[in-house]
Amino acid sequence: MIEIAISNAKYLADDNGQNIAIEFQSEGETKTVMLNATGNRHYDEIQRQVAAGTLTIEDAD
Amino acid sequence: MALTTVRPEGMGFNTGRRNLVINGAMQVAQRGDVTGKTGDNTYGGPDHFSLRIGSIGTWSISQSSTAPDGFANSYKIDCTTADASPAAGDRLMFTYRFEGQDVQQLQYGTSSAKSVTLSFYVRSNKTGTYVVDLFNHDPSTDRHCAKTYTISSANTWEYKTITFAGDTSQGFDDDNGRSLDINWFLGAGTDFTSGTLATSFADLVNANRAAGLSVNLADSTDNEWLITGIQLEVGENASDFEHRSFGEELAACQRYYEKGMPQATLPANNNGYNGVIYTNVQSGYGTWHTYQFSVPKRATPTMTLFNPSSGTANKAVDVASPSVVFTTSILYGTEYGFLSAIYGGSSDSTGIKVGFSWQAEAEL
Repeated sequence: MIEIAISNAKYLADDNGQNIAIEFQSEGETKTVMLNATGNRHYDEIQRQVAAGTLTIEDAD
Repeated sequence: MALTTVRPEGMGFNTGRRNLVINGAMQVAQRGDVTGKTGDNTYGGPDHFSLRIGSIGTWSISQSSTAPDGFANSYKIDCTTADASPAAGDRLMFTYRFEGQDVQQLQYGTSSAKSVTLSFYVRSNKTGTYVVDLFNHDPSTDRHCAKTYTISSANTWEYKTITFAGDTSQGFDDDNGRSLDINWFLGAGTDFTSGTLATSFADLVNANRAAGLSVNLADSTDNEWLITGIQLEVGENASDFEHRSFGEELAACQRYYEKGMPQATLPANNNGYNGVIYTNVQSGYGTWHTYQFSVPKRATPTMTLFNPSSGTANKAVDVASPSVVFTTSILYGTEYGFLSAIYGGSSDSTGIKVGFSWQAEAEL
């Protein structure tokens, strides 16, 4: 399957340490998508790649 | 004395808002021209259309001023790295996608499913037989219906009209998700060409998607392909293209993509202060900043934050001293806007004015 190229995925957390978004690289840009943004093509692709075992999301700093 | 005939309602005379496609005249191009593209669902040039490059060459995409009479712009692709022998699973498609809630009137999935007519102007140095399909993605089974068209004369604008009968077997979810695609095949391997073209709606068989395609647009770096005046309308006849104002088309496109900078400024890091968000920070605390989009997005968008004065992303800078940088991130986002946090400045005195820019993307 042809897919959106996504790399360097990492959770972003709020002041309470709760994960709120995913930061990632795609098409030469650093992008951010909120968690549970179902219907967003990047979020859906990240979930697909994680489920397929081809992408890992790093913990927040 | 002049006489005017007024058709009674219900006579099948469809006036106003005939074109289901937005930006069909390629007026709006917020992302600017792009080069060196190889990925699937690649955006650039005119808004809301994508180039789906499946391991078949490298491409530049632009908004061109080469256009047929009555139009000012077209969507243009140039091959910059050729692939004369695509692998079986490779394919190149130019694509437009509809939300389900925008095509309910087609009555797909019922015995009353309506025919639609696609019309467009196309031009290429590469003559031959091309394929365009309608792809019903929603809700459970992928289905497709394809037709061929021919570019007969090199480097000449040609007008094409193609009618597709409706799909009586599967309708669309009434929501904001991807439902109906228009795909112009520009090159494909045997996985897509080895069958028999599906000229009426059928469950997806890849081999039947582009059978009859005689062209591989990726076979030479001399190749280019341009298109404009795209209209999809209900019925079995094409009417004149429905021109709309730039403002109308911009607002329609901003449902899927919006940027903080002026239209003439490309979305990128180190692209200057024109159009950035300015705010003040408080020493030791930074600041939060909310922003409301001009147009609500189709879905919660993907956000990109740009540094106006260097190539390092996700940084706001002290406007008076750009070497002073602040980490910037998205704390909250919806289809209506976002909340950003700006903190950790290398020299954050209260009252420092910082700036950054942004883009929001919610394409299908």
